[in-house]
Amino acid sequence: MTARELPDAGGHFGEFGGTFVPETLMPALAELRAAYAEAQAAPEFARELDGLLRTYVGRPTPLTYAARLSERMSGERRGPKVYLKREDLAHTGAHKINAALAQALLARRMGKRRIVAETGAGQHGVATATACALLSLECIVYMGSEDVRRQSLNVFRMKLLGAEVRAVDAGSRTLKDAINEAIRDWVTNVRSTYYLLGSVVGPHPYPAMVRDFQSVIGREARAQLLEAEGRLPTVAVACVGGGSNAMGLFAPLQDDAVRLVGVEAAGEGLAGRHAATLVAGRPGVLHGARSYLLQDEWGQVQEAHSISAGLDYPGVGPEHAWLKASERAEYVAITDAEALAAFQLLCETEGIIPALESSHAIAQLWKLCPQLGADDLVLVNLSGRGDKDMGTVAAALGVTL
Amino acid sequence: MMGVATTDRLGELFARTRAEGRTALIGFVPGCWPELDASVAIAEAAEAGGMDALELGIPFSDPLADGVTNQAAYQQALAAGATPAAVLGQAAAIRAAGVRMPLLLMGYCNTLLAYGLERFVRDAAAAGVDGLVVVDLPPEEASKLERVAQAAGVHVVYLLAPTSTAERIALVARHASGFIYCVSVTGVTGARAAVAEGLPEFVARVRAQTALPLAVGFGISTRAQVTAVGALADAVIVGSALVQAVAGAPRAERAAAVRAFTAELCGRSSSRSGGGGD
Repeated sequence: MTARELPDAGGHFGEFGGTFVPETLMPALAELRAAYAEAQAAPEFARELDGLLRTYVGRPTPLTYAARLSERMSGERRGPKVYLKREDLAHTGAHKINAALAQALLARRMGKRRIVAETGAGQHGVATATACALLSLECIVYMGSEDVRRQSLNVFRMKLLGAEVRAVDAGSRTLKDAINEAIRDWVTNVRSTYYLLGSVVGPHPYPAMVRDFQSVIGREARAQLLEAEGRLPTVAVACVGGGSNAMGLFAPLQDDAVRLVGVEAAGEGLAGRHAATLVAGRPGVLHGARSYLLQDEWGQVQEAHSISAGLDYPGVGPEHAWLKASERAEYVAITDAEALAAFQLLCETEGIIPALESSHAIAQLWKLCPQLGADDLVLVNLSGRGDKDMGTVAAALGVTL
Repeated sequence: MMGVATTDRLGELFARTRAEGRTALIGFVPGCWPELDASVAIAEAAEAGGMDALELGIPFSDPLADGVTNQAAYQQALAAGATPAAVLGQAAAIRAAGVRMPLLLMGYCNTLLAYGLERFVRDAAAAGVDGLVVVDLPPEEASKLERVAQAAGVHVVYLLAPTSTAERIALVARHASGFIYCVSVTGVTGARAAVAEGLPEFVARVRAQTALPLAVGFGISTRAQVTAVGALADAVIVGSALVQAVAGAPRAERAAAVRAFTAELCGRSSSRSGGGGD
């Protein structure tokens, strides 16, 4: 099966995906599916989106050959060449803007001028607030009160961009609770409101739609690497929280002979607190789709943990569950400590400060590169920049700012 | 007949209320709440007050269709150690205590999946449960649940909302069993001051496509609302207001409070002490 054949009409990727939502939302999802299909077929929608991606987001983002990083990852012997897809250089500092801007255009096309979104660390909230400012849309961002406390800088950014940030006190007061509250708002205001979901999660059509909007990452990287090296990568690597940057990289490479590796957050280790949903979770239903979940024996959803707030989510996109089940992609997990070491290494070797999320993908190179030869190419999605993580990293390194 | 219910309590209830020309009153409270063993006394008191059927909620960590009242109750129940198995245990204990009204379980898909769908339905039927309401399981995703529930003689009750189109009403009407749960508002659960404006039109749209009993719920909390909604539907469901009545009474006075509140909703009593009603 190719990426373009899935999901099926009901939004299923094999036994995963679907539409597990309250009845109130079923008509809204049907409306969204129809509107998305109509927009996909409309040349002016693609024209406007492509234009904004070029002139506003700064696409195409560069592909950087990381020579010194490649050397350091392979030790004494000559190892593979590592290329970085530079989503950290997109406007607002991460890949999130790709799908936020596209969905905001779609919402405007649907005549919905009120946008609700969830955010964990604040990156998707900032991207959504940015797109709404650009397109004059009302923007309400739900954020767990624990995350509001931890990410006060991003809260301020969202407010500067004109968004209203609503702190969520329910449950664990983090990303999953922010999603619950955004869905409750959508259920209540469904006729006027567009739910701008930030990852390849949720009910159909979100996982497929967000994947499609993020696929610009993989399409560009594929063409750029062909131009630079005349061939495709041996392996493509991306971090996976909900999994949108990874799906964006994987989807255009899915029909090629390219190994796909998704890197989850092992947090304090898989025996302790972590966010490695695919590696250590079980199938279940959360936020509208069947996928893998961190849950107890009774199906209660457990809290995730990662040093990286963007990976701190107990679910994962259903297409990743399908890629795991069909063995088309492999999923591994990197600890907080390993990610932190990779963060520092990339700073020192390449002069790039990566997001802690992306640092998980970089850290996997320590394990991957020794398995590969000098003729191999590794493509890593550097999904975001690390400016937002300065406080976290300083604290982890025992530095007082 | 292994696990197959011999009596259709829901069918009998609506045959009776239709014959009597009255509206059935259905209550909702989270199971195993406020204490793990609290449901039996609440069910007995509700039945004594005139309740016609009771839904027990299965506490879930992420109840995204519920408002703050039910969210808080679910969190409290989970913190006390409530599990789906314990809720099934309360259902069985309610039957053992002699409560005869129909019992339904209302919850979210993942708790049923984690328990095992077939095992859950079998255990529910054995506990004397008459129907299941799974709020995040529309007919499109429920074929397996429908199959095992039908085999066990348990109704799968679906919801419809004011946003439901004619096509969706037709789809749900084809799959529904027992009754159809009409959500009175575009929103989450929780008591509201007024009955939604478009309700008569919405209920009429559903009525045009099915002969099944219709129950209206979400946001209904007073006798006046019960009367107004009762004119449109076969049953009225009161959830968050009953939850608040339970939460607001000390345990020693809880049964009397539930009985009095139920009787008040039924229009049986204007007594404030909770004594009258039978």
